[in-house]
Amino acid sequence: MKKIVKIANGQGFWGDSIDAPSNLIKYGKIDYLTLDYLAEVTISIMQKQKLKNSLLGYAKDFVELIATNQDDIKKNNIKIITNAGGVNPLECAKSIKSILKNKDDFKIGVVKGDDIYNNIDTLIKSGQNFKNLETGEDISDIKDNITSANVYIDSYCIKDALDKGADIVLAGRVSDPGLTLGPLLHEFNWKNDDFNKLASGTLAGHIIECGAQCTGGNYSKWYDLKDLSNIGYPIVEVKPNGNFTITKPKDTSGIINRLSISEQILYEMGNPKKYISPDVCVDFTSFNLIDNNNNTVSIKNVKGFTSTNTYKVSISYFAGYKSTGQLTISGPDAYKKSKFVSNLFWDRLKLAGYEYNNKNTEFLGFNSCHKKMNQKYNGSNEIVLRLSVKDKNKQKVERFGKEISPLITTGPPGITGFAGGRPKVQEIISFWPALIDKKLIKTTVEIL
Amino acid sequence: MIIKLASIASSRSGDKGKNTNIGVIFNSEEVYNWSKKYLTSNIVKDHFSDVVKGKVIRYELNNLLSLNFILEDSLGGGGSDSLLNDAQGKTYGQAMLLMEIDFPNKLKGYINE
Repeated sequence: MKKIVKIANGQGFWGDSIDAPSNLIKYGKIDYLTLDYLAEVTISIMQKQKLKNSLLGYAKDFVELIATNQDDIKKNNIKIITNAGGVNPLECAKSIKSILKNKDDFKIGVVKGDDIYNNIDTLIKSGQNFKNLETGEDISDIKDNITSANVYIDSYCIKDALDKGADIVLAGRVSDPGLTLGPLLHEFNWKNDDFNKLASGTLAGHIIECGAQCTGGNYSKWYDLKDLSNIGYPIVEVKPNGNFTITKPKDTSGIINRLSISEQILYEMGNPKKYISPDVCVDFTSFNLIDNNNNTVSIKNVKGFTSTNTYKVSISYFAGYKSTGQLTISGPDAYKKSKFVSNLFWDRLKLAGYEYNNKNTEFLGFNSCHKKMNQKYNGSNEIVLRLSVKDKNKQKVERFGKEISPLITTGPPGITGFAGGRPKVQEIISFWPALIDKKLIKTTVEIL
Repeated sequence: MIIKLASIASSRSGDKGKNTNIGVIFNSEEVYNWSKKYLTSNIVKDHFSDVVKGKVIRYELNNLLSLNFILEDSLGGGGSDSLLNDAQGKTYGQAMLLMEIDFPNKLKGYINE
């Protein structure tokens, strides 16, 4: 058994730095690299791609990453754990195999069983109610508009894949901290009732799952940091007893201290006494955080307890259309003018017979983010007017977009910023969180 | 004395569906202990009255010298349902630090420059 396992995160979301994973691979002094590509909306985009073409539905960026870095991954003996498989991990694995210089260089462990999109009707008929966790609403209202349905499965599937010799573990909807917990289960053989250790591994995963957000990104005291251009992505060094230290590659910028780590621990937090993962419930008020004052922070004595008998299900569904358009309005009296222009805009649509139950007017540069909380506002010389609508009727949303550009020649002077053309109509994919009985989900691993 | 929360605390915010969470981390144990009495859910709800439609719930994390606030129904629907520029409440942490608070003189030594 290793005395310390080093796990890095090089991708906090699909769209994160493309260089971060390559930099960690070249740095080399890590055992595992975790990469998170899935947000709730991402998975429904992937399901849509797969419906059009059965060979698609995964994060293509990941295939490119392996193609570019295969020599270094092999040389530095790094195993990769990712949810890049999306809704089609098997095709993702085949695509990776096709770009390898030597097909036997990497064994790919494909995790299956999280995607329940095709059997959701059967599951509903068999008594799973998929009631909305937030609102309590019944699923029947949106059942016909579902665009994806994936279960946040537990991390033992990742352990299984590694036990079977996988060099790359390609999953779909595993939990984000599970990407880190999985390799720890494999290395240290933690049992499913070692709750404190499972909680430790889950906390370690939670801290690094958003990449550089724990190493100086999004840091409240940003003005204290001299340089963020070469920000280091996080590495956790975990001991067999679960205690761990957060660090980053040498010669990178950013910061690791009590504040940077505490901020990230609190990110997207609900009740801290009961953080529910598929593997364990973690008590975020239980542990000791020690700032080592050398750009590392250690965490000790994390407490956990038994998880629930349900998994969380991430269901997405089509919920209508929306559109957003912007105009830049310059001074003098930029705010007064912006209010005048927005009233004019909605009045013209009304005259044309278009009214919207869901519309929004925002004044960027004035109060779009902080409303009246920012009492120091002293009058900006220019404001970006942001206009938005949503509606079930696509034609109404299209008509909205056609009314924006005429304002440039039919309103007050000093209006610009319409270079992008008419705003596009976007489909709204909404999120429906629900639960499913753990007994109904069987995950499997296939080695390619 | 009236100061901004920013001079004694850090913060981070993010979305939980239709809700926002804001973690507030205090710069010392003394200030944290004071904050538990002062920074109530009601004060936070007042500060965010323009955006919070539901309740504000507060949790204490003594080990992190931190408070966690949940602002229910504060994102105009949240996620892709929302028409807000900040649909995920990414900026609410900074908005929290703009809050003006009545801070005790005896703790003045803990105010950041």
